[in-house]
Amino acid sequence: MFDFYFDLPLWFRLVLQGTIVILVLFPLAAACSMAERKISAWIQGRPGPNRTIPPFLAWIPGINIIRNLGLFQLAADGGKFTFKEDPVPGNVNKFYFILAPILAMIPALSTISFVPFGAYFKTLADGTRELTPIILANTDVGLLAVFAVSSLGVYALILAGWASNSKYPFLGGVRASAQLISYELSMTLSILPIFLWINAPGGEGTLSLFNVVQTQSQVGFLGGMWYIFLMPVSALVFLVALFAETNRQPFDMPESESDLVGGFHTEYGAFKWSLFFVAEYAHMIVGSGIFCLLFLGGWNPLPWVSLADLVNFGAGFLPIIAAPLVMGLLAITLFLLKVGFFIFFFMWVRWTLPRFRYDQVMNLGWKKLLPLSIANLIFYAVAIAVKDLYFPNL
Amino acid sequence: MATITVERKPLSFLERTYIPNIVAGLTTTFKRMIKPTETLQYPEQRPAIPLGYRGVPTLVNDPHGREKCVSCQLCEFVCPPKAIRITPGEIADDEPNAHVEKRPKAFEIDMLRCIYCGLCQEVCPEEAIFLQNQYSMTGFTRAEMVNDKDRLYELGGTLPDQHYKWDKKKSAAEAASHGGHH
Repeated sequence: MFDFYFDLPLWFRLVLQGTIVILVLFPLAAACSMAERKISAWIQGRPGPNRTIPPFLAWIPGINIIRNLGLFQLAADGGKFTFKEDPVPGNVNKFYFILAPILAMIPALSTISFVPFGAYFKTLADGTRELTPIILANTDVGLLAVFAVSSLGVYALILAGWASNSKYPFLGGVRASAQLISYELSMTLSILPIFLWINAPGGEGTLSLFNVVQTQSQVGFLGGMWYIFLMPVSALVFLVALFAETNRQPFDMPESESDLVGGFHTEYGAFKWSLFFVAEYAHMIVGSGIFCLLFLGGWNPLPWVSLADLVNFGAGFLPIIAAPLVMGLLAITLFLLKVGFFIFFFMWVRWTLPRFRYDQVMNLGWKKLLPLSIANLIFYAVAIAVKDLYFPNL
Repeated sequence: MATITVERKPLSFLERTYIPNIVAGLTTTFKRMIKPTETLQYPEQRPAIPLGYRGVPTLVNDPHGREKCVSCQLCEFVCPPKAIRITPGEIADDEPNAHVEKRPKAFEIDMLRCIYCGLCQEVCPEEAIFLQNQYSMTGFTRAEMVNDKDRLYELGGTLPDQHYKWDKKKSAAEAASHGGHH
């Protein structure tokens, strides 16, 4: 049915796929800003933005649902950010000042290329079916590439802070660099046990995220277990580090609304400011996606129930479920549900925890999380060695 | 002096990880989130006005349709921000209310000056000026924000009267003129 698509040149297909993913990710990240406003409102006992509606649409019955969810407000905000005057303060370094928001967007939108967001059964030439990931670039470096690219995001914050040529943005930029470097260490160390677990010695090693999901979809008690049950400490450290890496409360040191005006974006306004925020939300989406892939079984509906099981079961009643398109959409939906929960969790935590002081952030990062993740790594290294030596068939 | 020494227990390991408290906090905020909102959707829903509310000052008629103000100007003199301006006027002898002392020819309250203190209502010997329930007062020009006499009576309407002071005075005067004492 879709053969014509696979006849297109490879570069064209890649450009098309990349564009489509960005066209989904960008509005999704923008919609997160409305989700943030709505959830903060609900937690504070308010309804949130629920008034905006274009008058010429008001007659449509049932449109009030969209209106109450603030989606027109989102469109109005987007329009405002696009068209309002975008002043560049006189004393900034103009080139770097304009470069910073662009640099913020690039890593935020490129990390998604290494994140699989679904899988489908591809029928091979010999008639067997193979689970194939829906991903832009299914590389073996996978997670390493995500970390490498996403940590470039901090340069945008430093650049913005420095180019603004003003005290508060500069402090925000310095804090951003310190915080992101501190937490990157424990973040990386916390996920090493997973790759120790899935890459058996002597076999072919991989850091592919698709492979991580595959190892959580096997049969048996350990095979079908999500890694959050197997490695809860890793999951906890990764989650805390993820909050810090995405500059979310309670780790909002680069922004520090309460003591640094707006931190790195104090001098920014209009579209450039909104680019920083879309980048931050895109980081959140990709970060939650990676958490789901690593610890929550990616697109698998339940622990010990893999997507393939579900589709094979469902195809017994309704054969169309096993069709690549339907199965792919099902997988993407399951994955997005999990990601959506984490986006909600980010916002939920924001309105629950007070923000840390700067020294507390550093203490937590260097004195608590880093030793914890190292101890965790050593524990799992020993445990996996013991298991491989004495209980190879477990 | 009695001193109570409070023993400060060291935090347990679980407490030092913050996790139980974070979970408790998340539970609280989640409960808050699913509770209905407290917000009053203002233009559609209106707040309940409590008794004794001090809204926009108004002039009132008595149940017989007589304007109660006799333009004694006490409110004008007591008004702290000098928002009230009264021009007193005579009542002609051939009018039904000729027995009443006076009435205002013009009565203006500048709502840009009014501070809603209620002193005018408190000082009025005729119970003619009341701060009633209207809480929203808007206009596009300064002139629009000055309530003149017609507007004040329109806002005030009619309030019940317990005394009918001027009618009593009139019948007492009539009784006296017929020879009775008082």
